[in-house]
Amino acid sequence: MLEFSQQIVNGLSLGAIYALIALGYTMVYGIIKLINFAHGDVMMVGAYVGFFSITMLGTNIVVAMLAAMLLCALLGVLIEKVAYRPLRNSTRIAALITAIGVSLFLEYITVVVLGPAQRVFPQSAFPIKAYNLAGLTILNKQIFVFVSAVLLMLILQYIIKRTKTGKAMRAVSLDMEAAVLMGISVDKTISVTFAIGSALAAAAGVMIGVYYQTINPLMGIIPGLKAFVAAVLGGIGLIPGAMVGGFVMGLLETMVSGYGSSLYRDAVAFGVLIIILLIRPTGLFGKNTGEKV
Amino acid sequence: MIIKRNKMLALLLAMMLMMSIVAGCGGQAEEEQPAADTATIPVGINVELSGAVASYGSNARDGAVLAIEEINAAGGVLGQQLEALERDCKSTADEALSVSAALAGENIVAQIGPLTSGNVAGSTPIMMENKIPLIAPAATAANVTVDEKTGETREYIFRVCFIDPFQGTLMAQFAADNLQAKTAAIYADTSSDYGKGLAEYFKETFTEKGGTIVAEEGFVSGDRDFNATLTKIRGTNPDFIYVPGYYQEVAPLIKQARELGITAPMGGGDGWDSPDMVSVAGGDALNSTYFTNHYSSQDTDPKVVAFVEAFKSKYNKEPDAFAALGYDCVQLLVQAIKDANSAEPVKITEALASITDFEGVTGKMTIDEQHNPVKAGVIIEFKDGVQTVNTRIQP
Amino acid sequence: MQEKKNKSWLSFLLEVIVLVALFTLVQYALTVGLINQSYQINLVTMCINIILAVSLNLINGFTGQLSLGHAGFMAVGAYVSVILTNFMEMPFIIGILGGCIAAGIAGFIIGVPTLRLKGDYLAIATLAFGEIIRVVLQNIDYVNGPAGIVGITKLTSWPWLYWTAIITILVIVNLMNSSYGRAIISIREDEVASELMGINTTKYKVLAFIIGAMFAGLAGVMYAHYFYIIKPDTFSFLRSFDMVVMVVLGGLGSTTGAVIAAIFITFLTFGLQKYAAMRMVIYSLILIIVMIYRPQGLMGSKELSRKTFSRIWSGKK
Repeated sequence: MLEFSQQIVNGLSLGAIYALIALGYTMVYGIIKLINFAHGDVMMVGAYVGFFSITMLGTNIVVAMLAAMLLCALLGVLIEKVAYRPLRNSTRIAALITAIGVSLFLEYITVVVLGPAQRVFPQSAFPIKAYNLAGLTILNKQIFVFVSAVLLMLILQYIIKRTKTGKAMRAVSLDMEAAVLMGISVDKTISVTFAIGSALAAAAGVMIGVYYQTINPLMGIIPGLKAFVAAVLGGIGLIPGAMVGGFVMGLLETMVSGYGSSLYRDAVAFGVLIIILLIRPTGLFGKNTGEKV
Repeated sequence: MIIKRNKMLALLLAMMLMMSIVAGCGGQAEEEQPAADTATIPVGINVELSGAVASYGSNARDGAVLAIEEINAAGGVLGQQLEALERDCKSTADEALSVSAALAGENIVAQIGPLTSGNVAGSTPIMMENKIPLIAPAATAANVTVDEKTGETREYIFRVCFIDPFQGTLMAQFAADNLQAKTAAIYADTSSDYGKGLAEYFKETFTEKGGTIVAEEGFVSGDRDFNATLTKIRGTNPDFIYVPGYYQEVAPLIKQARELGITAPMGGGDGWDSPDMVSVAGGDALNSTYFTNHYSSQDTDPKVVAFVEAFKSKYNKEPDAFAALGYDCVQLLVQAIKDANSAEPVKITEALASITDFEGVTGKMTIDEQHNPVKAGVIIEFKDGVQTVNTRIQP
Repeated sequence: MQEKKNKSWLSFLLEVIVLVALFTLVQYALTVGLINQSYQINLVTMCINIILAVSLNLINGFTGQLSLGHAGFMAVGAYVSVILTNFMEMPFIIGILGGCIAAGIAGFIIGVPTLRLKGDYLAIATLAFGEIIRVVLQNIDYVNGPAGIVGITKLTSWPWLYWTAIITILVIVNLMNSSYGRAIISIREDEVASELMGINTTKYKVLAFIIGAMFAGLAGVMYAHYFYIIKPDTFSFLRSFDMVVMVVLGGLGSTTGAVIAAIFITFLTFGLQKYAAMRMVIYSLILIIVMIYRPQGLMGSKELSRKTFSRIWSGKK
């Protein structure tokens, strides 16, 4: 039982990170129906911004995270403007290939400029404390990751539900043409979506830095893929879906490693995805809307 | 309609033109190089600069390039300068083959790399066909230099690193004899033949010595979260945990293990050798961890000290094991060129096969019949973040 | 009528002559030693890429079903054929057939459940299956797990490569010119409408998927028996991405485009070898720029055939 509770704690921290990355995927997908494969790499850039902010400017972790979020928000807007906007009216698969191109570009420009070797997040930025709750080990970094992830999700939820920008995002996502007719600036709304999604990814990147301590130029590929799976699991395009999907994915992986074999962890995660898609083809939370003829 | 077709054709032609330019670049360079510089000895550096193991490849490249620069600054070999031809094999075996073929076309006298056993295997056929020696910095699988089917040594393939059986066996003996471990858990990097190989030989020796393996788990390259499996291992309460893998994964793994309250001693192989071990895991977590290695970067041997200093001043970072091995590959090659008194690939190969007592940064080595280096091993212990030599084992 | 028949016979004969001449030319150059080793390898990669791109184009381009798991089928073909030829010591042709059939069966098993999904859901499901195949291979000790199989006998040669690539192209071109092909295209254009027209869309989608998978398996066989070593990582989702890039770059639904893009990517990769670490940066920029300025791909959905040439010819006259 103790081991099980410990695994829950492990799974929740991992899930929080997946959920944050998945949110960006899902927001972008919801609004322009693009699988933004470069999203994981934006997270990587965020991690590097956080790293340099701490090591070179000597800022604390909160400032580093805000700096990473700000810069990556700009990067996200830039990527959308340069690479995706020209393709908005062409096929979605063309945009997908561009996304793969952007992803490779971000990875390898970082390799060229900063070198492929991993960097180590300084421990002084976040001294680790362990708390012992009746045999259960909980680390302050786990609490940090979980709490800040939940906090960011609440802020996001507020922006989307209560602000004008959020309303515009929902409108564009529902029907782009009708939104234009209603006087909503689609370009601006899409930019904002990219900014918010990328900022969340950057936050996740800094969290990964704190949590796992090392960052490298290719660190975005696997968490990016996993987060994408999480987004689909919850129903892509749906914000609560991405959150739940992220946590499900984190817990699932932890349980497979803990009680099955860690070697089959990825296979099981993908297997569950396929089963869920087959039973509920639009993910856990997706509405099954029949095709309009 | 016709105009449209013509436009398409024009596009096609433009593409073909572009292709031939791209392809032509390769052809031109081949012809130019020997003409422009007859006095250089071209050495191919075929390593992973992109893809999954880019960081190993570029570290080995850094080591090799440093060695080449030092040698050139000291007047070169046989009065000629070495010329490094750096190529990226994208961490795939097919690209390694393609790169080797291109390098062979540029008349290299030897190739350094690739890093992983699989990619070396990929480039092997070309090296054998062209009779050009390949020196692998870090390919540890037994079948890299020996054809398992025929039992014959591959004539043109050499390496400067340990092979898997040696390190696995060594650590098992150390755990059973010195640490008095009765039970052990294995948590290996199963995505590499290196991790799997070490684990296999550790298990074999440890059980021969009467120990029990209580858990066998694996992680894959790129993993950063080990909590789940470690929690499981914690439940089996082993005396010793063997973690053969590379430092990128091992350092956070050890840290997470200690955070979960696992205090058992842990051990691994030369993949642990990196300054990042201490900066990631921290000195406390690393106490009572041990690894088998060729040498210690803290060694006071003047050769090691000079290498570490030169590397730091050139690249502004500490060398890891890959960098040291890449450096030794070049030094070994230079030794062979001197011994052969020729830069002919076939003569270099002969000289390589009979190298004895070569003093490298990673230890004194003699190339044996199977083209493996026979060199001393050390067991290094971390004491408050400092690598200290615990035991030396002469071959 | 008779004249027309003669004419089509004539052009068929011409086609055969051109194909055989091209083959003989390269074969001659190879035997005389005009083509250096480096270009030989590129020739091999080129043919394998052509088979992959043309077969994936059947699924992604003609049928309009986005698959991101093509590398998985390539893996199945490669592994099964190596087991047959190297472990069981059977002739190469058995290895080829076995590899293709196994990949086809895998295509069937994966296609039947997943092809009910649409668009991006299908994409992610196929990607997941591709990764599952890789993870499973990593855990099978019989094929050496992650280290893979080393020392595969080299059986792939220019004749095998050339003719299998030609067969792939011919099979898919002829399929697309048949009633099956028209049904398949109708699914891409409007699935609901074609269903209403009485087309069994599931049947045709699965069929296209199986054929695509079989040829991916064929490419896997050719790959394994040339490159000496196969390991699960060789067939990761990144390789599937490479194939999708070729198909989209060439133009979805254009076999000519797929062939051209496969040749282009092969030589581009080769040409960039010299730039070491910069190669991937240059590659990604070329990808982005081509997509922005030509989102429909190099060929769009157009084809080049002998008709095109004769039309240009007569047009000029």
